[in-house]
Amino acid sequence: MAYINHEVVERQMTKRRVKNTVFKNIFLGATLLALLALVILLYRMITQGAGYVSFDFLQNFSSRFPEKAGVFAGLVGSLAMLAVVAPVSLLLGVGAAIYLEEYAKKSKLTTFIQMNISNLAGVPSIVFGLLGLTIFVRMLGMGKSILAAGLTMSLLILPVIIVAAQEAIRSVPGSLREASYGMGATKWQTIRKVVLPAAIPGVLTGSILALSRAIGETAPLVVIGIPVIVQFLPAGVLSEFTALPMLIFDWAKRPQEEFQYVAAAGILVLMVLLIFMNSIAVFIRNKFQNRY
Amino acid sequence: MVQAIVQEQQQAKKKMQVLKNKQRENVYETNQLNLWYGNNHALKDINLNIQENNVTAIIGPSGCGKSTYLKTLNRMVELVPGVRTTGEINYRQHNILDKGYSVEELRTKVGMVFQKPNPFPKSIYDNIAYGPRIHGIKNKKVLDQIVEQSLRGAAIWDEVKDRLHDNAYGLSGGQQQRVCIARCLAIEPDVILMDEPTSALDPISTLKVEELVQELKENYSIIIVTHNMQQAARISDKTAFFLNGEVIEFDTTDKIFSNPTDKRTEDYVSGRFG
Amino acid sequence: MMVVREKYEQELTRVQQRLVDLCELAIHAFDRSVDGLLQKDVEKAWVLIDQDRFINRLEQHIQDDVLLLIAKQQPVATDLRRVMVIVKAASEMERIGDYAVNIAKETIRLGETELTLPIEKIDRMRGLAVKMLRDMLQLFITENLLEAKVLAEMDDQIDALYGEALTELLEATHTQTGAESQLQQLSFVCKYIERAADHATNLAESLFYLVKGKHYAFD
Repeated sequence: MAYINHEVVERQMTKRRVKNTVFKNIFLGATLLALLALVILLYRMITQGAGYVSFDFLQNFSSRFPEKAGVFAGLVGSLAMLAVVAPVSLLLGVGAAIYLEEYAKKSKLTTFIQMNISNLAGVPSIVFGLLGLTIFVRMLGMGKSILAAGLTMSLLILPVIIVAAQEAIRSVPGSLREASYGMGATKWQTIRKVVLPAAIPGVLTGSILALSRAIGETAPLVVIGIPVIVQFLPAGVLSEFTALPMLIFDWAKRPQEEFQYVAAAGILVLMVLLIFMNSIAVFIRNKFQNRY
Repeated sequence: MVQAIVQEQQQAKKKMQVLKNKQRENVYETNQLNLWYGNNHALKDINLNIQENNVTAIIGPSGCGKSTYLKTLNRMVELVPGVRTTGEINYRQHNILDKGYSVEELRTKVGMVFQKPNPFPKSIYDNIAYGPRIHGIKNKKVLDQIVEQSLRGAAIWDEVKDRLHDNAYGLSGGQQQRVCIARCLAIEPDVILMDEPTSALDPISTLKVEELVQELKENYSIIIVTHNMQQAARISDKTAFFLNGEVIEFDTTDKIFSNPTDKRTEDYVSGRFG
Repeated sequence: MMVVREKYEQELTRVQQRLVDLCELAIHAFDRSVDGLLQKDVEKAWVLIDQDRFINRLEQHIQDDVLLLIAKQQPVATDLRRVMVIVKAASEMERIGDYAVNIAKETIRLGETELTLPIEKIDRMRGLAVKMLRDMLQLFITENLLEAKVLAEMDDQIDALYGEALTELLEATHTQTGAESQLQQLSFVCKYIERAADHATNLAESLFYLVKGKHYAFD
């Protein structure tokens, strides 16, 4: 055993240390660059939009006059849509994840389904918009309603929720299932009493992140034809509505320079909403972390 | 004095006779059991009879099929995809490998304790009450009783009685394992299968679990898989030695550890291979 | 945290009980063999010789038990010494059984011969030896070091008595004619009794080894 020549090792040591430092700095640089982009974005939004954010801005409907324009209809519309998206996508997504993880036997079919779900997560949102337009708006005659938009958004985020829920279910230790089966529990009892309680934090974290994507998404709404100028609040799931990103999109398109600032204010409102939702996700994750 | 000795020996003979007549019934009778994982022939022509109110130890080197055999006894092995079996395992005269035999029913009679303590991430109380609850017991008073009795049975009541509603994850490894044993007792099983129950525990906790096994055998039939030969020697009445999916020797623990018949058994128990 | 190894303790207690049985059996046989000699009871001697097999069998049982105990319970440290010492004590006691047989054989050899030589010292030696063995057994079981050491010193008394007894026998032989054969048998008997007492001392030494883990010699 004389494969390691300690003199050579010593001679190369400095070189190795330098390399180590160089790579450390490269990765640090990458992180800082990403952070910088985010800071610039935030800075612009805040400097441009902060002046327009006010109580009135939150309470007013959209208007031709920038100083009178507000996000009220969009905010309520977005939240109403969320009320459709959340239950629909959660039920379908968690259900599909349970089936795929717990019940489905490994076969070519399940592998195929699995592959498609992963692929769907990567399909551009505008395609989902077209799907929603064809099926919900026209075929099922829902019109440009909250329901149609909500179902479209549900389809859009479904793959993400399924994958997140699958991950969460998979991370429940097999030993817990064994313990439950070992006492004569059926599969459903095991899922309901052991797997789901343990997986729920993970499922919720993934789902909330997916839901915030649904709130911020614009393209499908544009394709469906969600109106911008809405001067009333939605009366039910089948009524027309507008959403925050639609308003922002509309304001940003307008020629008047002032509307650019209104758009920035809208973005601020949207971002606060998103940050709020993401912090709920982080909170849930931290609270239930490391339980086994 | 001499007469006393002679008398004692005669009495001992009589006792042996009585014991022979009132032989313990077999809880499990395994006939020509074969098991495959895909193409891997994991158990080969197993024939084993396991007596009630005994501690039966199964020893053997890693991959000899001892855990597989144990998991076949409550059909846990079916959780592994691609398992095939032939032959029969009769539990109290019923072949559990019959398609018609309900696994859920079998597992309420045959409890299992696993290698790593695996309490649910719930309170100690809910852990113990889990089994009774899934079998439909809702009455709070009845559950309280079951929880106390099971924890007492597992010799851990005194340690946890003041924190029944704390998360079981707060207990030490040894305590967790005894809670798992208590959880198993709560379904009032007939047989307890133990799959290397002390391999993740420190020596003191190990001895405590071993002591517990000694007490439990009064009321339960215990089958324990262990890679710790000394443990098998300490606590079991009968020992089966598995090697490459076959039963090499099955005899009283006294015989296996003092004068085994098969050379391979002797080599294994004396630590010369495996 | 204290763990009681209940099964081990149970099995150990059983072996210890067997050892006590063996000791009592051997000491009793030894005592009776001297009785037989002094009373010239040839029949009793034959019975004693026959019953030695029970003593031997008991010793084998103890050996087997200890073998299993070591194989199954893996005692270490004091526990290990304790079971080793039990085996040793059992073989000492088996020797005492053998002395009983030897004395019985001398009884048969002497047969109807009238004992004319002084036997009072033999009786006293026997009394001392039996008492020493019995007491030592108690101290051995209760692992009472201090008293065992004191008791072991009783061996000196017996040794002294042994010397006196031999001289007395020899002197008596000079004055009597035809007592030479008696002298031979009786001096053997004296020797056996003296040896039996030595085994009590050995027991004390074993006890010291058990408790202290070092070898001691009381001579």
